[in-house]
Amino acid sequence: MQTLRAQRLIHRGSATAWFLLTSSMLIAQGATPSTLAPASTPAHQIFDLSVFVVAITGGIFLIVGGLLALTLYRFRARKTDPLGEPAQIYGSTQIELAWTVIPILIVVVLFLTTARIIFAIQDAPKPHTALDVTVIGHQFWWEFRYPKYAVITANELHIPVSSDAAPEATFLKLTSADVNHSFWIPQLAGKTDLIANHVNTMWMDPKKPGLYLGQCAQFCGSQHAMMLLRVYVDTPEQFDAWMKNQQRAAPRDSTVEAGRTVFEKQACMNCHTISGTAATGRFGPDLTHLMSRATLASGAMDNSPANLRQWIKSPDTFKRGALMPAMQLTDEQLNQVTAYLETLK
Amino acid sequence: MSDCPLSISQVIDPSTSRAEQITFLEKLHRWVVTVDHKHLGILYILYSTFFLLVAGAEALMIRIQLAYPHNHVLSAQVYNRFFTMHGTTMVFLVGMPFLFGFANYIVPLQIGARDMAFPRLNAFSFWLTAFGGFLLYYSFLGGAGLYGVGNAPDVGWFAYAPLTARSFSPGHATDYWALALIVSGFGTLGTAINIIATVISMRCKGMTLMRMPLFTWLLLIVSMLTLVTITPLTAAQFMLLIDRYLGGHFFDTQAGGSSLIWIHFFWIFGHPEVYVLVLPAFAIANEIIPVFCRKAIFGYPAMVAASVTIMFVSLSVWAHHMFTVGMTSVSNAFFTLSTMLVGVPTGIKIFNWIATLWGGRIRFTTTMLFCIGFLFQFLIAGLTGIMLSVSPWDWQLHNSYFVIAHFHYVLVGAVVFCIFAGIYYWYSKATGRLMNETLGKWHFWLFAIGFHITFDTMHCLGLLGMPRSIYTYQPDRGWSFLNLVVSVGGLIQGIAVLIFAYNFIVSYWRGEVAGDDPWDAWTLEWTTSSPPPVYNFEEEPEVHSRRPLWDLKHPDDPDWEYES
Repeated sequence: MQTLRAQRLIHRGSATAWFLLTSSMLIAQGATPSTLAPASTPAHQIFDLSVFVVAITGGIFLIVGGLLALTLYRFRARKTDPLGEPAQIYGSTQIELAWTVIPILIVVVLFLTTARIIFAIQDAPKPHTALDVTVIGHQFWWEFRYPKYAVITANELHIPVSSDAAPEATFLKLTSADVNHSFWIPQLAGKTDLIANHVNTMWMDPKKPGLYLGQCAQFCGSQHAMMLLRVYVDTPEQFDAWMKNQQRAAPRDSTVEAGRTVFEKQACMNCHTISGTAATGRFGPDLTHLMSRATLASGAMDNSPANLRQWIKSPDTFKRGALMPAMQLTDEQLNQVTAYLETLK
Repeated sequence: MSDCPLSISQVIDPSTSRAEQITFLEKLHRWVVTVDHKHLGILYILYSTFFLLVAGAEALMIRIQLAYPHNHVLSAQVYNRFFTMHGTTMVFLVGMPFLFGFANYIVPLQIGARDMAFPRLNAFSFWLTAFGGFLLYYSFLGGAGLYGVGNAPDVGWFAYAPLTARSFSPGHATDYWALALIVSGFGTLGTAINIIATVISMRCKGMTLMRMPLFTWLLLIVSMLTLVTITPLTAAQFMLLIDRYLGGHFFDTQAGGSSLIWIHFFWIFGHPEVYVLVLPAFAIANEIIPVFCRKAIFGYPAMVAASVTIMFVSLSVWAHHMFTVGMTSVSNAFFTLSTMLVGVPTGIKIFNWIATLWGGRIRFTTTMLFCIGFLFQFLIAGLTGIMLSVSPWDWQLHNSYFVIAHFHYVLVGAVVFCIFAGIYYWYSKATGRLMNETLGKWHFWLFAIGFHITFDTMHCLGLLGMPRSIYTYQPDRGWSFLNLVVSVGGLIQGIAVLIFAYNFIVSYWRGEVAGDDPWDAWTLEWTTSSPPPVYNFEEEPEVHSRRPLWDLKHPDDPDWEYES
């Protein structure tokens, strides 16, 4: 009888949990980086754990909240109350012992379940086939390095999809060049902080190709809100094609030599790298294949020629507080350098 | 101020012509130089009410900015200042001074004392705290921040290093933040020492520790906790200033320092600080719930034990704010367990409150309504706290709007609700008049509805991946509608607080005359007149139980026959 009732309560708790979770899911559509739509093993494990926790806490809420509501209703003061004060009760050792022991038992259950998932995710062995990516946080953009491929890119991470036939995990090493940041793609994994002088790790093995959105989750200064993050989960063919392109040096196009000269004669090259040229700056994002990215300035705007030109002319238009200075170029120089950058496919 | 019934002159000897002649400036002077715990308590309350309105206005600006995606009401820089100042103000200039205001006013009255143990230290502490608050706000005029356009602190109330280093935070905004909190921190320490000394040494005859009202018990615990929590913050802020001006490298990651040291220091302060704020809220509920359901508190010794347990356990949970900084799996498991364990003594409290209500005759006055709101909201806040203690889930929820929702459930849903309850309850004692009940009910219902619209919705935003501290968001993320809902709720709360402010001011002149004991209560503060004379009690009271007024009112059935 007792267990039946307990089971029914857990069911009711789970039902409420599901209702709450799915109703928030319905409100959100499209590109929402929802924690409720996991697409990778760690995110899935967390989600399943969260449903269990919501079922237990939801059950507690229904019982205790219901008891409180009942008490308030049943013992409201009424005109028909007899004169004088109600019976005074000072306590009861048995009852108090009961509601100390029961919560302790619940804590034990919750803790053991949680501990299992902590170790499963955090101490998961790294398969030797895993892709390594180093993520470096900068004030207000992301640097991604693929050490085995000698590729450096920014803001848009490409990783291969994982299938049961060909499991592919991506292991990230995370650190920071300046202040603290936090890497968070809710559908793929929980967040991990990027801290200078301190290397963290995390992993994910996305099961479905596509674009996953996220953003910096640790306040890092003026433009923390515009430190957006895109992760493309590619099929093996897409990933190989993308990687091959990234490994090439920047294409050289003689029609835009003027723009290239501007880039190399002005201060641009102090901060940016374009491989195969004299530009080897490391302070800003690597621009070798700028046109392979869908957005500029860490997702602040779409990568269109007009946006690119305006960004070079005045970064404040999109992202006031970004560390890129306005370069004070003439209109002609702006056109030239924009045309040059547009060739960096 | 012209006919302030609290002025010392009237209380001491209202009949002399000298008392009638004192000018406004003289009255003001008396409030400035006062060492009377009741005046200082009122000063604390007025000071924190003022900053409550200021920080509330900042919150509304934040919500206006976030009502729509890509909104441009505030720039990124101004937004960052506002959320930093909102958090700093609410914790240091609203939460703690409010609670110390209540402590100052109520504790000596409840233990039958004539003043605090150290009246001058008391005044000194208040003025230090007040100076700290105004120093912080002077930064809006005085300090240049990031990129020369900021002026108030804009590094978050948690001020994570190395964002606070001079290379990332030039100008003086961060200096104002650190110095102002160091100054107000010393004020806080002074008051905490004072409360401990008062409770230990100034209790009236017959008031053993286990006969102390729970309010006083909890303030004693809070004061002890304050001593061990404020100090690490003050130390860390000194270290920060040493880094910034004396070439130290504690937190300077460019020179081998560690950001993690700051984060540890901050949360060793920051987590117990949550209990510093919430235990006084429990304290207020412990006074009000029994009186308004006409029953003795259920399980008094268990309530004391649970509070002491919370004090100790709360010192071992700080790193649950750090599950994402890359601790080992064993550390994560340890802090998951220690955090979950806080739920046990907290649960005991909730059960004991329900048991107190059980079998009572509950009167739904405004003050009781706020306490009931507190009970429901604190239950939910505790359960979302359990969710956040589950470290893998916290990897998702940390720094998201879910966390914002959770701690506002604690700090508004529990602490602010109890502060309002306490004001409606003790206003009559401090001013001799009752606050208007009709306006009070409007205040309660609007505030509760607005609160739930805002903070219930925020939980969903967090689950949908919205991080905190962002001045705007992209329209394609599916957060737009929910954010608008949150902002509407904020506006409703704003209206409710304005009704409260109106009620608070107008009742001072127009409120119904309260009498000594308007709520038919049981603790010693209700035996003296409203407002109490400067010496509190004509003769030292003597108590025989936890509810001295119950014994007086029911000589045939006194409490001391039953208490164990």
